Amino acid sequence: MIVMNLVAGLLSSLAPTPLHQALARDLLVLPVLLPLAAAGLSLMTSSIRWRRALMLGTTLLLVALSGWLLPMADLGDVLVYRLGNWPVPVAIVLSVDRLAALLLLLTAIVATGSAWAALGGDDQHGPHFHAAFLLLIAGVNGAFLTGDLFNLFVSFELLLIASYGLLVFGGTPSRVRSGVQYVVLNLVGSSIFLVGIGILYSVTGTLNLAELSQRVALLDAPSAAFVRSGALLLLVVFALKAALVPFSFWLPAAYSAASPPVAALFAILTKVGVYAIVRMSTMVVGTDAAHSANVYGDWLWPMAVATVAFGALAAIGTRSVRRLQSALLIISVGTMLATMALGSEAGLSAGLFYLVHSTIAAAAMFLIAALSEQREAPRQWTGILFFVGALSVAGLPPLAGFLGKVLMLQAFPADRRLPVMWTLVLGSSLLAVIALSRRGAALFWGAAEASETSALPRAREQRLLPRAPLSRMPPTALLLVLAALTVGAGALSDYTQRTAQQLLAPGQLRSQILDTPGGR
Amino acid sequence: MNLLLASAIAVLIGSGAYLVLRARLFTVLLGLMLVGYGVNLFLLAMGRVRVEVPPIITDAGGPYADPLPQALVLTAIVIGFGMTAFLLALAVRSRSVFGSDHVDGLTDATDSASASDSTSASAVPVSPQALS
Repeated sequence: MIVMNLVAGLLSSLAPTPLHQALARDLLVLPVLLPLAAAGLSLMTSSIRWRRALMLGTTLLLVALSGWLLPMADLGDVLVYRLGNWPVPVAIVLSVDRLAALLLLLTAIVATGSAWAALGGDDQHGPHFHAAFLLLIAGVNGAFLTGDLFNLFVSFELLLIASYGLLVFGGTPSRVRSGVQYVVLNLVGSSIFLVGIGILYSVTGTLNLAELSQRVALLDAPSAAFVRSGALLLLVVFALKAALVPFSFWLPAAYSAASPPVAALFAILTKVGVYAIVRMSTMVVGTDAAHSANVYGDWLWPMAVATVAFGALAAIGTRSVRRLQSALLIISVGTMLATMALGSEAGLSAGLFYLVHSTIAAAAMFLIAALSEQREAPRQWTGILFFVGALSVAGLPPLAGFLGKVLMLQAFPADRRLPVMWTLVLGSSLLAVIALSRRGAALFWGAAEASETSALPRAREQRLLPRAPLSRMPPTALLLVLAALTVGAGALSDYTQRTAQQLLAPGQLRSQILDTPGGR
Repeated sequence: MNLLLASAIAVLIGSGAYLVLRARLFTVLLGLMLVGYGVNLFLLAMGRVRVEVPPIITDAGGPYADPLPQALVLTAIVIGFGMTAFLLALAVRSRSVFGSDHVDGLTDATDSASASDSTSASAVPVSPQALS
């Protein structure tokens, strides 16, 4: 009873009040600053214990911090932080609305699970795993927080260079090869990003997303053509990050070569691309953007459809359980973006709901996939984990992935997209289930087939890099989070609905950011 | 002036794109650098090119150059430098792992290498993809 009261008291003291909101506004920079500072500190110490403590401590702090920010953002006002305390259009702003708050929390949860899994020994195959890990989180959080196009570019570069380091960490042949391709692709992507930014700046004269969208709406038809081409160049870059066809072919090689905790963390990287697409398509080239309205919708739909088809074929065609999980990640990104491409409130809300679920499920499944490849581990517990993980990534009941898929199917109005989407979702789910049960049966029942999956490269890699023992706890914890999400599915879908409402009223977002008081 | 700048950007990005599509990491790296230079020039041009005007707004008024693209270019140069350095290090690593600087990790004498690697089980040549 006393405990209950204490918990209730604690919860009510954390409830958002104006004072808390003012405090939160000042602390908005922390999700970027904390991991950056921790990364710097972890470079200074050579003790692995301290580095690990810094990594795990920071991710846990971020869970607490973003858990505290979420109800604050849910009040409906955008929290705005002006870097350098300049007045708004001059200052680079960090802003948190419901979407950004949700993704910050999601990042923190996935990062915690992945950091925990890395303690098994995957962080010891070279120096500075922890610093790169923390820098990656700083970049991801920066991308979610920023309200400035060029700052988004800088955040992307920060998370990219950290991800290069993490991907090739350990330096095995497959990691180096997929790493080279990943780096070259993303360097080209960065150049395209800069060209897109340059075009948008030359027409509008601003980089602040809110001010940009305001000016885009006022442009005449010839100038709007430049905005459209700039925005579509940005779509190419974001699609490369989100792994949309035709920019998704690098993903299976990269994610299956990376060490398991890194692959789990990378599950959030594709969501940065998804976030940027959603942000641009609702705010800058949204419904009220006059001549450049809904530029993304026409392109996003066919790309997403092709992505789901590509992912489903890749899933059924692979013999490696990690490649299978990479293919399932591609399917999930395609499915959510196909739904979000509708641009309706129901579509955005359902897509976001599925995004939360599928990201955590993908992170858990990358860890489970690596676990299930370990011969020496006790099989029973791993088998149960694989089964539950497979249910959640395939979107079968009783876990929330099923609800997400139902919500997405319901979001489609009865036009020509409806049959395409039903075929895609149901077909890709069926293929995913077939592929997963084939892999699962081979791994847990027929050792003979499983061992031949990729024995040759495995042996060669193992000589170079002892496989670190993985704990079963991190994926279990992530699956428990999924179970909690299933129980709280109502609350989550209400939240994503409010998020979609906020996103579809970009005028309000805009004025709240631009009318932020203060400054010199 | 504008024609000169535009053709400089076009030549840089065009030749850069050609080099990026080569199969050797060294030429890919050179290509990426050329593309980077072209993009930086492009960014600079997007702020409208003004000759011999300061990037400062004075009280007296008068013409000024837009300082923001210059700041952007500066940032982009620094980031591009870091990325190029990383790719160079990775290319060296890739060469030491695979014995060649092919982007797919193929060796120069792929067939002979794979034949000697697969002597254990059968004499069937293994494709380089399956090997590495």
